[in-house]
Amino acid sequence: MNAVVWRRRAGSVARFFLLLFLVTVAVFLLLDLIPGSPVDAILPPEATPEQRAAAAEQYGLNDPMWQRYLDWLGGILQGDFGRSFQTGLSVSDQILERAPVSIELAVLAMIVALAVSIPVGVWSAYRPGSVVDRVSTFMISATLATPAFVLGILLVYVFAVKLGWLPVLGWVPFSEDPAEHIKRLILPVLTLAAGECVLFTRLLKGDMMATLQQDHVLSARARGLPTRSILTRHSLRQSSFSLVTVSGVVIGRLIGGTVLVEAIFSLPGMGTMVITAIQSRDYIVVQAVVLLSAIVYLSMNTLVDLSYPLLDPRVRKVRTS
Amino acid sequence: MSTGTEPYVDDVVVDDAGQQESFLEVENLRVWFGTPRGMVRAVDGVDLQLRKGETLGVVGESGSGKSVLSRAIMKILAPNARVLDGSRIRLDGVDLATVNPKKNRHLWGVDLSMVFQDPMTSLTPVITVGKQLTETLRYHLDLDAKAARAEAVRLLRLVGIPEPEKRFDQYPHELSGGMRQRVTIALAISCSPKLLIADEPTTALDVTVQHQILNLLRDLQASSGMSMILITHDLGVVAGRTDNIAVMYAGRVVEMAPTRRLFSHMRHPYTRALIDAIPKLDHPSHTRLASIPGRPPTIVDPPPGCSFAARCPSAQDRCTKETPTLVTTPDSERHSAACFFPLGTPEGDVARRRNIEAGVTAAGTPVLSGVTV
Repeated sequence: MNAVVWRRRAGSVARFFLLLFLVTVAVFLLLDLIPGSPVDAILPPEATPEQRAAAAEQYGLNDPMWQRYLDWLGGILQGDFGRSFQTGLSVSDQILERAPVSIELAVLAMIVALAVSIPVGVWSAYRPGSVVDRVSTFMISATLATPAFVLGILLVYVFAVKLGWLPVLGWVPFSEDPAEHIKRLILPVLTLAAGECVLFTRLLKGDMMATLQQDHVLSARARGLPTRSILTRHSLRQSSFSLVTVSGVVIGRLIGGTVLVEAIFSLPGMGTMVITAIQSRDYIVVQAVVLLSAIVYLSMNTLVDLSYPLLDPRVRKVRTS
Repeated sequence: MSTGTEPYVDDVVVDDAGQQESFLEVENLRVWFGTPRGMVRAVDGVDLQLRKGETLGVVGESGSGKSVLSRAIMKILAPNARVLDGSRIRLDGVDLATVNPKKNRHLWGVDLSMVFQDPMTSLTPVITVGKQLTETLRYHLDLDAKAARAEAVRLLRLVGIPEPEKRFDQYPHELSGGMRQRVTIALAISCSPKLLIADEPTTALDVTVQHQILNLLRDLQASSGMSMILITHDLGVVAGRTDNIAVMYAGRVVEMAPTRRLFSHMRHPYTRALIDAIPKLDHPSHTRLASIPGRPPTIVDPPPGCSFAARCPSAQDRCTKETPTLVTTPDSERHSAACFFPLGTPEGDVARRRNIEAGVTAAGTPVLSGVTV
């Protein structure tokens, strides 16, 4: 690791913080951009002017904007996202309660998607036209044409309603009943993973096919190396740029946006929380979730950025020249 | 090299040939490729023999089938390639078609090994040079990590890489082209192959480095006694470094002879054209470089006739109707050519003179002014 590499990494991190600042400003402004005063959002329409003044005072709405921003940011840095306008409950507590559900869903879906798409993508690229390739191509087209909510409902219908193998809906915490917990996770995770799996397989297959046509693969074959080593060590790593890039975006998207799937399977994650918040105009909750999603996105992208030199040593050099 | 008292007299070599078995024998090798336009006959009936410790040069233009020939021997043909029935490749008496690469995983890469044309692309970019060497060594020779490392460093030193311990941990992109080709050679010889195929090993390198690499190959061969096939489009490369030369055109061997004999008594007009295309030092400056008119054909469903006829200054009616086969020349058993009107024979001279006088060949190609009998 030389100085140039470290300088570039420092650059990535600096960009991360700059973007983070811009994101917080944008999210903060959400409240002010809502038509009317935030007070309209907090209080019912029939509130008296005195009530409105009291609310504005209580939430610090009379302070200048920069001061409100700093107060808000300071609170967030201490883990305080404020209190819900509607219920008066701490938003942080709500998030802490619900985030693990969404994160578990997203991470499991990601693992399933990668576990399926990497072998399938590699093999389809290695043997185009083989059974694996043709079946996967068919599944890709079929899944692409099926929106997640349709797939989810279909899965519920087949496995839960018709076959009765799995429970239909709902959530059981792991601490209460691990087996039941996993059973109830299977369908939502599959629904989430299907779409991403398709995307990953296509990306990987394309990159992999390009790599396999390169001379060094031929040269490795001529050395008599086993196919397994040629496909993994000599090809997979340098073929996974797109896959890693998209994985970063996808995991961000999954954590912040499992809304549909959580709604279909009535899971108590952040998605259902956001839906409830939007319906009840509880903007401070929305604000917190949007901010968290943005932070996850940014972090994932920065991690992806930092991972390129690990994937291909040539990147370490090319970018500096 | 043969050990005759007069090594350059063909008769002595012939006697030797009788005693020594061929190490590599290629018989009627046909490799066709399925394409949307039809079956392309990349290699269409090639016969070759190579004895232990000898070097065979395979020469021809781009597209003459040289690389496909080498890949067929290495069993690394593209998936759309078809090796036709009746093709036979024997190494040390073993028919390679009957050897299953899965069961006998230590034949390709160990007994048979290959150096590729472009060192810039033939090393895996994401693995260090040392790792690539140790991976091969450990897989084929079952060395432990420490022994493999020591052997890899030894090999890097053997192929003339300075500071091998330092290079060991570097990635291919950190080395120059010449250094990379040295690494690919180290990889190719790492398991002491009995036959090394070098497919245009110097084409991608600059001239000074070319010379070093060719000398390196020659020295390695001399010290290890391996056989070698040197594939090139440059007759200058094979001139001083091979025992025999096979000239390929359109998927076939059109002439095969001991190196010296080929240069002094070439029979096939194509060989002559290739040799004439080498710029000579004693040419006055600004002499127009000799070239062969036209391009080699892509062979989908070839009509009968010699595939070189359209570009050949000696072409006669017969050449466009019948396909010549490779036959031994009367004056040397080890010299064969596929031509109805070979150079240096009465028929050949008559044919060529007739074309020069007419100014056009039987195939309708104008005869260029530089062509002589």
